[in-house]
Amino acid sequence: MLSPFGQRFKDNGYQMGNDRDAPIFQQAAYWPVTFRITPIWHRESTSNAQVDGSNGPGGNEAKVTTQGFDLSGLDFHTGGTLANNFSFYVLPSSDPFASFHFESVWARMDNVFGTPWINIKLGKFELDNLLSEKRILTLTNVAGTYENYHFQPFSSPGVPESSYHFGIGDNQLGLEWMGHSADDRTRVSAALLSDSDGQPGLPTNRGYGGFFAASRAFEIGSLGLQRVGGFAYIGEAPTYYQYNLTTTSTVGTDINGNPVTSATTTPYAGTGIGNKGIQRYGLLGIWYIKNFDITTIYFHSHDNAYLSTNTAAGGVSNPSGALPTGAQAASWNGALFESHYMFNPQIILINRYELVRMSQQPFASNPSNLSNADVLTFGARYYPFISSRAGFAYHAEYSIIWQKGASPVTFSNIATSSLLFGFDFDF
Amino acid sequence: MLNIKKTCLNVAVALILPVAAMAQQADQAPVAKPSPHMESHIGNLTGHSGAGAALYYRYCWGCHGARGNGDGENAPYLNILPRNFVAATFKCRSTPTGTLPLDSDLYNTIGRGFNFTNMPSWAALTAQNRADLVAFIKTFSARWVTEKPGDPIQIPAEPKLTVESIKHGGELFQKLECWKCHGQEGRGDGPSASTLTDSNDQPIRPYNFTSDNRSKCGRTNADLYRIFMTGLDGTPMPSFADVVKPEDAWDLVHYLRTLQVNNKSPELTLWESTPEGKAIVAAKRVRNTNTGSGITP
Repeated sequence: MLSPFGQRFKDNGYQMGNDRDAPIFQQAAYWPVTFRITPIWHRESTSNAQVDGSNGPGGNEAKVTTQGFDLSGLDFHTGGTLANNFSFYVLPSSDPFASFHFESVWARMDNVFGTPWINIKLGKFELDNLLSEKRILTLTNVAGTYENYHFQPFSSPGVPESSYHFGIGDNQLGLEWMGHSADDRTRVSAALLSDSDGQPGLPTNRGYGGFFAASRAFEIGSLGLQRVGGFAYIGEAPTYYQYNLTTTSTVGTDINGNPVTSATTTPYAGTGIGNKGIQRYGLLGIWYIKNFDITTIYFHSHDNAYLSTNTAAGGVSNPSGALPTGAQAASWNGALFESHYMFNPQIILINRYELVRMSQQPFASNPSNLSNADVLTFGARYYPFISSRAGFAYHAEYSIIWQKGASPVTFSNIATSSLLFGFDFDF
Repeated sequence: MLNIKKTCLNVAVALILPVAAMAQQADQAPVAKPSPHMESHIGNLTGHSGAGAALYYRYCWGCHGARGNGDGENAPYLNILPRNFVAATFKCRSTPTGTLPLDSDLYNTIGRGFNFTNMPSWAALTAQNRADLVAFIKTFSARWVTEKPGDPIQIPAEPKLTVESIKHGGELFQKLECWKCHGQEGRGDGPSASTLTDSNDQPIRPYNFTSDNRSKCGRTNADLYRIFMTGLDGTPMPSFADVVKPEDAWDLVHYLRTLQVNNKSPELTLWESTPEGKAIVAAKRVRNTNTGSGITP
């Protein structure tokens, strides 16, 4: 989360409001860019990994633990103002193998018509999450994202819900309006988003979703500012493609020298139809108690029965559009509790607990606790120096997730843990 | 013989030096030290330096420095240097030049920020946070121990706005030679502008009235009036309290508002309603952004 000042700075289009902080007023050689990468040692352990064995290929489970030195991905952040009230942000990001994509690209107009209540942003951006996954303090494979921001239940034991992908924590493509009071105590936003989970190239359908957020900060005596708010995502996802396209390619020659071809049929990008709804709701509180800051979030989520059971609502595979027997909409509740204890600006202790509880399974016959998850994380960061032009932190973290019925072969409970030490730096 | 002389000399030095040192101490007044515990009082708020310290070392020290002397790590990159709290010289005051400001002056400055500098508005902090910061800022200088803030200047009620008051203000602008620094059109480009330095010996540019409607110490007419009368300590902008009568100062305020040709104010509207004023304003006006886009020849 951002400090009250940081939030106001961000909401004002990365301007301090005194017309001297923009790159256009700095030396010509100044280019606002920084990169961040984290060399790490980490240990990953899964209680029930799918492996070959006595039951044939992929027919067994085993506890698998790996460890070693490694790298995180690499982010190049560049952003700032183009002129007064025109700002931008571009973030090329790579995985540890240097395969790049655009994590974030947007341009923004602020204080349109001279009011802080009209700010318009277009591009690929993080949703207006007060608890930002992009500024998350935890780095392990388990806790590097918020479980509740990405959770999708198992359709049935051993079958993940896979007909769509969406995460509140994922940057999305769209258009956002945001408004705030002059002191930033009150904030509201609404975004129109393509239902592509931020993937460029219009890969899925022509549908749109909406994300809405509002929050209000208020003072509690000597504790200072506290903030409460809520958010809602109402979107849809396709259940099948209107068109497919089969392409033929030569893969070799037979013994007579004749070409051997292979035909591949793939969905025609962007023609997904049979859209069905998904919803995510949340209520949030950010509480500051002296050196503690605590974030609490309650989540409620809902997926249409077609999506939760991976069922096409029409098309070649299911012309009648009928649902399987026992299919029903999936719904679940979640909670997040994250606390930071800041001894001083150089030392931060981190604790997080998340839980997800299914309230209705995609199939009535599923075990009632299938997909339920608990995530516990502890960490510490120490910044040996504080600088506005470079950053360095010793980072240590342990995180573990328990999920019901999630093992790939026996559908028993699974525990996955991650331990990490690293030097997290940017410049 | 030589040893006897040497011994005598040593004895003499041993006797004389302490006496001289005592005499010197008697001549010097004890040096006051800053107090580590200060309070601020703004209306019903009482700020405490202990609470302000945590805020200062989170939000402020990057520019103002760990010891408050304006040498934070960002300072070399700022061309208007951060305030040196050890010197305890403050621009925006309601008190006469050379005196300490009121707690409320510092409190308002933190909340408002300084236009055209790198000091942002800290309105996002709570009122109590800002009061605590004011208390902590006062721990950097012994002036807050040895001196009291000056008596705030009185601001008489603003007289009625007339064309005559605007014209008279224009005459005062010439007579007081404001144009030497601020330029004839108020663009901050007077003949002396390039020679000016602040108390840190850093070049400083006079205020450009055409750029905005915010002055350093607030955006109201009363704020402008106050700047004339108190001056901006640490800058070449002097106090005119001894040379300008209150009614003249208000006329000057009315005239300066007409220099803000891109800010719709009652003064500008009235001035443009006269043929003379309309022609002058039209000649001065450059539309749109300071990046030059949209300028109509």
